[in-house]
Amino acid sequence: MNEIIIRLKRFYENHKIITILIGSILLLLMPVIFPKSYIMGIICRILLYMILAGGLNVINGYSSQFCIGYAGFFCIGAYTEAILAVKLKINFWLLLPVAGIFTAVAGLLLCLPTLKLKGKYLALVTLGFSEIVRLVALNWSSLTGGPMGLKGIPVPRIFGIQFKSSLSYYYIFLLLVVVFLFVTRRVINSRIGRAWMSIREDEQAARSLGVDTYKYKALNFMYGAFWAGIAGAAYAPYTRYIDSTFFTLDEGFNILSMVIIGGMGTLVGPMAGSVVVNFLTELLRPISEYRMVAYAILIIAMMWLRPQGLFGASNSILAGRKINKKIRKAKKEVAA
Amino acid sequence: MKVLLEAKSVSKHFGGLKAVDKVDMVINEGDIFGIIGPNGAGKTTFFNLCSGVFPVTGGEIFFNEENITNLRPDIIAKKGMARTFQNIKLFNYMSVLENIKIGFHIHSKTRMWDSILHTSVYKRDEKLAEEKGLEIIERVGLKDYKDTLAGNLAYGMQRRVEIARALALDPKILLLDEPAAGMNPNETMALMEFIKKLNQEGYTIAVIEHDMKFVMNTCNRILVLNFGKKICEGDSECVKANKEVNEAYFGKGIMVQGGTM
Repeated sequence: MNEIIIRLKRFYENHKIITILIGSILLLLMPVIFPKSYIMGIICRILLYMILAGGLNVINGYSSQFCIGYAGFFCIGAYTEAILAVKLKINFWLLLPVAGIFTAVAGLLLCLPTLKLKGKYLALVTLGFSEIVRLVALNWSSLTGGPMGLKGIPVPRIFGIQFKSSLSYYYIFLLLVVVFLFVTRRVINSRIGRAWMSIREDEQAARSLGVDTYKYKALNFMYGAFWAGIAGAAYAPYTRYIDSTFFTLDEGFNILSMVIIGGMGTLVGPMAGSVVVNFLTELLRPISEYRMVAYAILIIAMMWLRPQGLFGASNSILAGRKINKKIRKAKKEVAA
Repeated sequence: MKVLLEAKSVSKHFGGLKAVDKVDMVINEGDIFGIIGPNGAGKTTFFNLCSGVFPVTGGEIFFNEENITNLRPDIIAKKGMARTFQNIKLFNYMSVLENIKIGFHIHSKTRMWDSILHTSVYKRDEKLAEEKGLEIIERVGLKDYKDTLAGNLAYGMQRRVEIARALALDPKILLLDEPAAGMNPNETMALMEFIKKLNQEGYTIAVIEHDMKFVMNTCNRILVLNFGKKICEGDSECVKANKEVNEAYFGKGIMVQGGTM
């Protein structure tokens, strides 16, 4: 498996322009290639989870704060959009950033008391947060519709085009994924991204170099939460109906598994993770509940064979000794 | 001469253990200041107090005539104090250049929107980090390794990267915690020259070290700690002659008549 991925990467590097060109044409023509709304539905989900997994990866992969309650942020974003759109009839395009910012503020509120927590303690807090958000959404009937959920969320429209089916909504998701990748790539390759990574590598050393780790950890959490909010806001009018059952802990674990399978700390990883996991979900639909077993086996297998995830770098913090040794051996052979 | 770093009766107690007990210290601008003492004397703890890693139990620390007692490490770093660690703390999964770029963090101002829109602030910061980073790398002689992951370097080189990273802060004072640990004699010699060179360029340096040859040859003033207490402060001759220092290192010998051991 490692061989295949190294070859894929090499192919991409050698034929960058052609690959990107063909890739973008294929992406733009996707609804023409697959005119069935069932298949486009799956592709839309893949894109949605790309944003979610990508956002979670910024938290888990780049600054190594372990968040497993990401579904809570997703939930806040979706409900913000739905409530404001249904009750106040505000335009979708305006609500998109509003939901994002609102979720980022929620992220800030969550991380302020937890800045000194690390690893599994932080993970537990985020887990609790996710459940609290879901329970509030379930019980605050006057605002969220309680167990009945929110119905009739208006679909977005622009220049008279209504984004009603998955065929047209695909373009909204695609746009968001492209914006996400563009923005995140730039942030990661700047002073801010480096500060996040320095916190991941060694917090004490980062502080001794003048990095205000509390501030950057909070910023990191807000950035991750922001994209969960955006994803939620895009998701609500897509399904046109939301209730609290969409945002259980399972959802959080689902997103986390995409990040792990795809590869933490890389931009491509979560994208690949989303494709793999969502395809598997569809393939394994006949066995329904047992597919969780399949995921578990997949994750265990990944940890054994490729701990850094599908597209994780062989020099990643997760790669472990096993892979490193192999790579070193290969390097020596090349040198010799 | 201007006093750069001053500790006034600084203490740190861990429960009943007095790791650092009422230590006074004065480092003047331009010094190479050595801190020595047997294992467990509290040298590293003392450094940690100065750089803000732990809060002090008692006493005050002044840096550049400013009270920095119990400030956060990142704030102290911004004021111009850089340090290295006894057990090297590099960003192992980042390249050498990236490690050093983080040292420029306090000199850059890029905000989120700057990085997204690639504004002039972003471009200036990146240019500064890239150019000065390469300059520092060349100065410490790691030019060939700029893209190597820091964790993959040899031990001696990792030490150099750590010093280079601290230099990127352009500090007024550099605290080095056992920079020669684990180095062979040749590497130690090179390090000694390097530190002297830095000192000539105007950096004030405080260094904890076990290698006596190193300390006696480079430091102009030396502080000796034992069991958290200051037992001697002065130049190398004065320290060598000090009875308490000899006792701390060699034990209380049987005193032969005439006073020699």
